[in-house]
Amino acid sequence: MCLFFYFRDRKEWADLEPVPQDDGPNPVVKIAYSEKFTDVFDMFRALLKNDEKSERAFALTAEAIELNAANYTVWHYRRVLLQALDKDLREEMKYITAIIEDQPKNYQVWHHRRMVVEWLNDPSEELQFVAEILSQDAKNYHAWQHRQWVMQEYKLWDGELEYVEELLEEDVRNNSAWNQRHFVISHTSGYSDSAILEREVQYTLKQIKKAPHNESAWNYLNGILQDGGLSSYPGLLEQVTELQDTCSSPYLTAFLVDLYEDALETNSSSYDQQETLNKALELCKLLAEEKDTIRREYWNYVSRSLQNTEYITDMLQV
Amino acid sequence: SLSLLAESDDNNFILQGTQVKDVIIKPDAPNTLLLDKHADYIAAYGSKKDDYEYTLSEYLRMSGIYWGLTVMDLMGQLSRMNREEIIEFIKSCQHDCGGISASIGHDPHLLYTLSAVQILSLYDSINVIDVEKVVDYVKGLQQEDGSFAGDKWGEIDTRFSFCAVATLALLGKLDEINMDKAVEFVLSCMNFDGGFGCRPDSESHAGQIYCCTGFLSITGQLHKVNADLLGWWLCERQLPSGGLNGRPEKLPDVCYSWWVLASLKIIGRIHWIDKAKLRSFILACQDEETGGFADRPGDMVDPFHTLFGVAGLSLLGDEQIKPVNPVFCMPEDVLQRVGLQPDLLS
Repeated sequence: MCLFFYFRDRKEWADLEPVPQDDGPNPVVKIAYSEKFTDVFDMFRALLKNDEKSERAFALTAEAIELNAANYTVWHYRRVLLQALDKDLREEMKYITAIIEDQPKNYQVWHHRRMVVEWLNDPSEELQFVAEILSQDAKNYHAWQHRQWVMQEYKLWDGELEYVEELLEEDVRNNSAWNQRHFVISHTSGYSDSAILEREVQYTLKQIKKAPHNESAWNYLNGILQDGGLSSYPGLLEQVTELQDTCSSPYLTAFLVDLYEDALETNSSSYDQQETLNKALELCKLLAEEKDTIRREYWNYVSRSLQNTEYITDMLQV
Repeated sequence: SLSLLAESDDNNFILQGTQVKDVIIKPDAPNTLLLDKHADYIAAYGSKKDDYEYTLSEYLRMSGIYWGLTVMDLMGQLSRMNREEIIEFIKSCQHDCGGISASIGHDPHLLYTLSAVQILSLYDSINVIDVEKVVDYVKGLQQEDGSFAGDKWGEIDTRFSFCAVATLALLGKLDEINMDKAVEFVLSCMNFDGGFGCRPDSESHAGQIYCCTGFLSITGQLHKVNADLLGWWLCERQLPSGGLNGRPEKLPDVCYSWWVLASLKIIGRIHWIDKAKLRSFILACQDEETGGFADRPGDMVDPFHTLFGVAGLSLLGDEQIKPVNPVFCMPEDVLQRVGLQPDLLS
């Protein structure tokens, strides 16, 4: 452990009076601090008090950040200084890159990076950088927000679908990647083209075959077919039913319930209404009593709703 | 069903032949509610000698105080906290722009402005700060698209939409912002799975969902939520251990007992959770020696998880705890005094 030369002992800092932490006019008890932390933050407060905009202030923000990168006031001050001192923003990019690599789950560091990218108006490093961070934690929520912002702001859509597929190869249960898939397609081709929709349905079913117990894949399938309606999508019921033997999961069963529900609600002529209702109720019972008992209240609710739907449809036919 | 679990690797268990990410609750985990220990833990917090964690969290001190006071009030122990000192502290944290900071010498931010207003509501002392200036500060953070920035540096997040309306509602000044635009922005963050993220297209996340359903409750727009779809997504957060996670394929965490449960309560579907199993998970997160709750069984406790563990138990109906309001995460009796009864779906 190296020795730290306290700021209070450095002659270049001798003109500043350190400002101790103030927890209020009547602090309850004296709090013990680490010496270095006290030293750095006392100096920081002194600089703030004098509204000093200098190189030494800028250097101190780095020390403060190293000790506590979540302190948003220090980040604010650093940004004020970056502008007031007209600092090299490319150097700042290197700096924030290192900080994020060290502490990737912190709001302030990502927001700071975004500000620097905006000031430079240069997103050229961003996708690669975020990919690097995601390679360490593929679900980092901040990283994904940043990636989405960069892509939308600078229209960088090329190659993203391929990137998402790579991530899903590594972990087909990565919910963030499925969300990103939806993001990319929504903002580029959209889902209204039937060829695109079919491609997505087949892709999703393929992933389900690889890992049947995958909430994200089933959510995605449901999500992209919502508008058209599950029961009217050609061949879907057959393909999903086929999966029942080898790829059974509560999600598959739930999906069938949703599909049958859609058939009942739309009073689809391709389905025998009574038989469909019976099948759906049977599946709800299976889920409530055996396959997904923790959510039995939900499945009982769905059963009741289905029966009400049938009743309403009957009424309308009279 | 716990007997069906076999450990495959760290936190990945095999349940009925498929891999599930979850924790296992040990048989000797706490299973009764240790309210006195939690009250002692909070009352003593911040006065410990080795306080590195305390100083490190100065940047969120206002929220830390809100968590501590709220959980003490829920346990009927508010009188053990230092009211006068806290009120003076808050007065010192209001800046010229009207915004309130996490601590003295820190910059103002919406997050800490809300926490301060919540604390002052608990203490029925709203007028110790300049209310008009708080309203100006909040108004000033609304963007053209209806969203809210957290502070002058412009980070946009639906958390801040919630902070803005919750603050103004507690001050009785909801009409001061562009409500239609604010609602439009939050609704634009609704995803294909019925959930909400921090910005449009962001992944659905239970914390953000709490903020958005809370927002829609305060603004009287809950009918815009797809309650069945969202309710299903939320009850899917419950894992075999009984605990709740924040999004698919993540570990359970006691704070999601709040974010998920409160959201379900707001949209009228709290009964879709297996309450008994959730209760055992929450109780297992207690530390019998130190008091307080951790994110999951066996981990270190902190005031944040302590509040959300106790608040979650309150929502589940524990009669030893005061009823908690699911929108504001404050005791119901405080909101009654303020005159706030935000809509909930039935």
